[in-house]
Amino acid sequence: MSPRLAKALINGLLIGVAAVALFPLLWMLSVSFMAPGAASTLPPPLLPRHASWDNYRELFVHAGMGRYLINSLLVAGAITVLSVVFNLLAGYAFAKLRFAGRERLFQALLGALVIPAQVAMLPLFLLLKYMGLVNSYAGVVVPALATVFGIFLVRQYARGIPDELLEAARIDGASESRIFVQIVLPLLKPIVVTLAIFTFLAAWNDFMWPLIVLTGQEHYTLPIGLASLAREHSQDSELMMAGSVVTVLPVLLLFLSMQRYYLEGLLLGSVKG
Amino acid sequence: MNPQRTAWLFLAPALVVLGVFFLLPVLAALALSLTDYDLYALANIHNLRFVALGNYWELLHRPLFWAALGHTVYFVALGVPLSMGASLGAAMLLNSPLATAKPFFRTALFAPVVTTVVATAVIWRYLFNTKYGMANYLLGLVDIHPVDWLGDPHWAMPTIIAFAVWKNFGYNMIIFLAGLQAIPPDLYEAARIDGASPWRQFRHITLPMLKPTMLMVGILTVSGYFQLFAEPYVMTEGGPLQSTVSVLYLMYDEGFKWWNLGSASAVAFLLFVIMFAVTVLMLKLSQRGDQT
Repeated sequence: MSPRLAKALINGLLIGVAAVALFPLLWMLSVSFMAPGAASTLPPPLLPRHASWDNYRELFVHAGMGRYLINSLLVAGAITVLSVVFNLLAGYAFAKLRFAGRERLFQALLGALVIPAQVAMLPLFLLLKYMGLVNSYAGVVVPALATVFGIFLVRQYARGIPDELLEAARIDGASESRIFVQIVLPLLKPIVVTLAIFTFLAAWNDFMWPLIVLTGQEHYTLPIGLASLAREHSQDSELMMAGSVVTVLPVLLLFLSMQRYYLEGLLLGSVKG
Repeated sequence: MNPQRTAWLFLAPALVVLGVFFLLPVLAALALSLTDYDLYALANIHNLRFVALGNYWELLHRPLFWAALGHTVYFVALGVPLSMGASLGAAMLLNSPLATAKPFFRTALFAPVVTTVVATAVIWRYLFNTKYGMANYLLGLVDIHPVDWLGDPHWAMPTIIAFAVWKNFGYNMIIFLAGLQAIPPDLYEAARIDGASPWRQFRHITLPMLKPTMLMVGILTVSGYFQLFAEPYVMTEGGPLQSTVSVLYLMYDEGFKWWNLGSASAVAFLLFVIMFAVTVLMLKLSQRGDQT
């Protein structure tokens, strides 16, 4: 095969795959601006005849989407800030602080990775019920405050910090908390950003646990709100597409602006060591 | 303060969370699965009885459990190879020196991964609408009769598999891409000089060099696909004729719709045992492959 043909073939295939990957998302955007009923015609319209914000107005004024959006921001924001702090402290301790049983404890944590989260869900629900946290933001946030994956990621990265640096600071009389804040934290900045994006995306997109623990509409996050909306209004395609845009757009924009960190983190997390 | 105490102080928040909200519930799930914890026990704990392996015994005699397991295995057995094949194919296209605009394509192919399952499942439900869906319209152009994608028990699961492959292939693509870039170029150089065809290069260089990546990606994808839940919940509600009820869907219904928490815990544990067994089997098979 001539190089020019091969080049055309490869790039043609790439364009094809990219079209398949993006088409549903682009069409979602287009349909979300169509008038009610306009999308349920043949042939399926690609662009709205008269673009309008009516579906979005309907979502926010009548369907409570604004509330769900705020709930999602609150829940995902709280999970991100707190769990990044918890995982940072633990990951750094595993990487750089010496204590008895360190390796064994870490191995045990890694071993726990084989247990799917769903095994814990039923007793967790009962536990939170007795704590009075069912149908509260705390019920969604608390179980997500530390992850083995996050601790692992931080540990991998923190192992690159030279011990001499920390020893020198100790000899100079700096306290452990001061060493962590003034020396370690600035060095860990890239992994903090990576971990924060990962955590936020996962918390935003999470479905099963919020579905279980949030029983009242006033606490629904976007995915739960959208799923319940989709059951009531299954025929209103235009409205559903607008709801999908509201749910997907924030994470897509976050990813687009921070993709370097996200993709690096994905690779860092996938290499076991 | 001595270093040991600092270390435990730093570890405490994360370990308390993991201990109280993960490890403890996992152990409790085992205990729970041996009881008849249901709506009555939820109201008054004194109604709780120990039933030993009764829940497991009953599950193994329930056709719906076997059906759910069958659907899940179907999803894994078809979805994982398709998903990994798509990932590897896309990664090889992106890795080709002839490809242009790589950053754009990489981002475009990855975009579905970061989107919310529920939102994209809603989109797919619309694309595969029997009457007005784009899928049937395109088929109609080449004179194929409309298919009731999500309403026909034979088509519902394949449609969900297609959705899952679209949604997830970008994730493994990035990992494969890194794996491909780690293969020394002189291996291909030498093979070309020896006159090896692209297919032979793929079989004798790319695949063997990617094997560790392949194994890891395979294990992660299999365990991820066993946890099928949101897709059928949003797209089909387990239907039609319960053809898309997965094991986790059954657990959810059993636990949080009918409040049979004991029996639902047994479902969760059986799923865990199956996933664990499959993972061990995959590791064993790959080791045997190394020896020959």
